Formats: sequence, structure tokens, C-alpha cells
Amino acid sequence: MIEARNLKKGFGTQPVLDGVSFRIENGESVAIIGRSGCGKSVLLKHLIGLLQPDAGEVLIDSENIVPMNERQLLRVRRKFGMVFQGSALFDSMTVAENVAFGLRRHEHLTETEIARRVAETLEMVDLPGTETKNPAELSGGMRKRVGLARAIVYEPQIVLYDEPTTGLDPIMSDSIDQLMLRVRDRLKVTTVVVTHDMRTARRVGQRVLMMHDKKIYASGAPDDFFASRDPVVRQFIDGVADPKETPF
Amino acid sequence: MIYSAKQRVTESLAGLGRFTWLAKEALASLVTFKVAWRDLLYQVYFIGVKSQAVVLVTGAFTGMVLAAQTYYQFHKVKMDTATLAVVGVSLCDELGPVLTGLMVAGRVGAAIAAELGTMRVTEQIDALRTLATHPVDYLVVPRIAAGHIALPLLTIESICVGIGASYLVGVYLLGIDATYSWVNMLRYTHDVDVMIGLIKAFVYGGLIALISCYKGLTCRLGAEGVGRATTEAAVYSSITILITNFFLTLVLGKIASLL
Ligand SMILES: Nc1ncnc2c1ncn2[C@@H]1O[C@H](COP(=O)(O)OP(=O)(O)OP(=O)(O)O)[C@@H](O)[C@H]1O
Ligand SMILES: [Mg+2]
Repeated sequence: MIEARNLKKGFGTQPVLDGVSFRIENGESVAIIGRSGCGKSVLLKHLIGLLQPDAGEVLIDSENIVPMNERQLLRVRRKFGMVFQGSALFDSMTVAENVAFGLRRHEHLTETEIARRVAETLEMVDLPGTETKNPAELSGGMRKRVGLARAIVYEPQIVLYDEPTTGLDPIMSDSIDQLMLRVRDRLKVTTVVVTHDMRTARRVGQRVLMMHDKKIYASGAPDDFFASRDPVVRQFIDGVADPKETPF
Repeated sequence: MIYSAKQRVTESLAGLGRFTWLAKEALASLVTFKVAWRDLLYQVYFIGVKSQAVVLVTGAFTGMVLAAQTYYQFHKVKMDTATLAVVGVSLCDELGPVLTGLMVAGRVGAAIAAELGTMRVTEQIDALRTLATHPVDYLVVPRIAAGHIALPLLTIESICVGIGASYLVGVYLLGIDATYSWVNMLRYTHDVDVMIGLIKAFVYGGLIALISCYKGLTCRLGAEGVGRATTEAAVYSSITILITNFFLTLVLGKIASLL
């Protein structure tokens, strides 16, 4: 279970989160949507303790992680896998070493066992045979999928995806959506996915949270959500920009 | 004006706090020995083996110039054969560890800061943390330990080469008597001088790694931030070595005189 209580965070004088609260049950999958720059990545980083809120609480399985120090957090983070918006692959390591990193840290496996798990997971993200490549040799979309493999290979209880399908072609996005669902269903993983992609939000989210104006503005089941009449929600879903005065 | 001055003071105090935190975490991790041996070995290779060329050239030429300069002064008062004794003591106590430290600070300090800075900017440090790995355990501690190991070894190398080079210059170029030179050098250069040099090198090795890791881990986001961290790592490590050296000389000299 993940619960955020009245989270507040600002950078310098700029407030980014101002009273964000929600609760995500075990095994549930939730999509977080919102305009670019509204603080989705910042929110996600609070859930795993990468950022400290200025006020508020984050509860992971009823345990408040905000007052914990870095070493205490390590224990909590074993429950998590996280896919970064910018992949964040270790560029001094090969693809296989990247994917194996969490495995080596979490479990005591033999090298052959590790190699097998890595190959299996790379197969799942549709990158078989890339083990010996360096991250620098991969395209952006391929890197994203390696990042995904690295986050799920050790079968965490909670996976946080920061825009896992952005920058992928529609077919690949679709297969990543299905992968997220498979991972969720097979391992009863709690899934939090931040996305701009309405298709992903609709398919992966059992519930959709929309961030707007530094808060959770709306929340609901995808079908209700996409039928919403609220002007702010409607505008986001339909993708209409405010008409602006242009000087030319 | 006042606001910005106040802000700067606050910022430098906060920086000092972060640095202390890093040192504390690193020490805790070092004594509990959560070291990844493979990483440590690689860092010793990178800091130690790869710095040899630079350090050897520095040591050799320092020894040679020291021999020549000392000879020119001592020759005036007919103390030619004390030349190598002076060279030996200076190299062991001061020049060996300090110059080795400075060269390594420039080469390795900058490289460490650039590497960790880039990792920070590209969120690799955050990725490490999500994979339940403490960045201090994984990145900082192997580098500090490697610095502690590599720098004394490099210093020994530099001292040996320096003394060898000064002998060649003194005896074959300047024509000092070989036997007297050698005997005087052995008479005036004691074990304790070598110990002082090694202790200093041990301290500088850790300092360079710690300062450079700090600069890398706290660099500002963006390419400019990394560039800046790189420069600052080299500069701050060098300055810290020079300042620390003064105090170490006082303290170690005092201790040596009590022995
Ligand atoms: N480390 C930081 N320092 C200062 N400001 C930051 C930092 N990280 C994020 N911000 C600010 O917080 C706000 C939210 O950023 P965030 O990355 O969470 O947006 P986002 O919703 O993920 O956007 P996108 O959909 O484009 O990824 C932005 O205005 C950004 O400028
Ligand atoms: Mg984002």
C-alpha cells in the first residue's frame, strides 16, 4: 500500500506540490496524468524517498518513510522498482550488467542463473541478444526498455513507471502496455504509471489520478474519467490548448 | 547585497554540513567494510597504476632539480657531499608526498568529479538508490580506500626515482663524491622521514577521493555544473593538500621529535 498525506514540496521559491494526498492499494494499478511540468516526476520520486517533502507523509505499507535516513530507506526500497523518464542506465556497464544490477543486490544467485533471468527479461522487453551492448549504442526507445527490464527483473512488489511509453512507436507502446499488465497480473505488483499517453492511462490504470495546479485535481475509474464533463479534465483529455493572442 | 552575503554564508555552511555528512557516511561504511572488492581493485588500478607515468616524471625531475640547486648553494660553503642528504630528507618528508598528491589531484580528482557529476546529472545516482544501493557504499568508499592504498605506493615510487635521479645528476653531472654522498644521505635520512612521507600520502589519497566525490555528487545539474565540479575538485584537492601538509608537518615533526 502506498499512501501520500498532504505532501508539499517546493524548489527555491517555486511550489511544485501543495497538498497532494492519495492512497494506492496493494496490487492496484494507477495512472497519474497531468500537464508537462506539473510535478508528476517529482511526486513519483517522493514515493520512493528520492526526494524529501517539505511537509506531509509518505506511507509504504503503513510505514512513514519521510523521517528515514538513506540507510533505513534502502530496506524499504527493496520493495520497489523504478523506471526513469530518462532511462538513467549505468553507462559504464553493459546492458546485461545494468539489468543484473538489482538481481545481484537483492538475491544470491549463481552467474548462470543471473544470465538466464537477464536473458529472459530482455526477451520480455523485446530486446533479445543485446546483453553485451553498451547503453550508448542503443536508441532512446531501446534504452527505455532496458531501464524497464532493470526495474522488473528482481520482481519487486511495487513498480513506478515514469513515462514508460514516451518516445516509443505505437506498436512498441502497445507491447509495453501489455508488459506492464502482465507484470502486474503475474506478480500482483502494485503499479504506478506516470504518463502523457491517454491510451496507456486507459489500459493500464484501474484508476486515473490527474494532477493539476499542484494537487490531485480529479480521480476515478478510466471510463468515468474519460467521460468526465469537468472543463479542466476535458481539455487535457481532448488535448486542446488555450487560444493565445499571437502578435503575428 | 546584505541578502546575498547572508545567502552565501548560509550556502557555504550548508555545503560544509553536506561534506561532513559525506565524510561521516564514508567512514561508517569504511569501518563496517561493506566494500565491493572488484570495484576497489579497479579503482586502485585507475588511481594508482594509471598515474604512474605522471608521478614518475614529476619525481625524477624534482629530484634532479633539487640536487642541482642544493649543490650550487652548498658548493659555496664546501659542503658538496651533504647535497644528497638534503635531497633525501626533502623528498621523503615533503616533496614526495606533496607533489605526488598534487599530480594525482589534477588527474584523478578531476576524473572522479566528472564521472560522478555525469552520473548525477543523468539520474544514475538516483537509479542506484532505487536499486537499494547506497551511493556512498558503492561509489565513494571504493574510491577513498583506493586513494589510501594507491597514494603511499605512488609516493614511494616517486621518492625512489627522485633519489635515483638526484644521485645520477649529483655524481655524474656535478661530480660530487659518490661514497660520501651516499653515506651522508643514509646517515641523515631516517626511517621516520619515510614514515612521515607515507602517512602524509595516506592522508592525501583519502582527501583527494573524498573531496572529488563530494564535488561530483553535489554538482549543479547540467553540463556546466559538471565542468565546474571537475575544475573545483582539482583545485580544492590541491589547496587542501597544501594546507594540510603544513599542519601535518608541524604535528608529525613534533611526534617524531618525541620518539
Ligand atoms: N531538482 C529540481 N530542482 C529545481 N526544480 C525542479 C527540480 N525537479 C523538478 N523541478 C521543477 O518542478 C516542476 C515539476 O517537474 P517534473 O519533472 O515533476 O514535471 P513532470 O510533471 O514530470 O513533467 P513532464 O511530464 O514534462 O516530465 C518543474 O517546474 C521543474 O522545473
Ligand atoms: Mg516527468
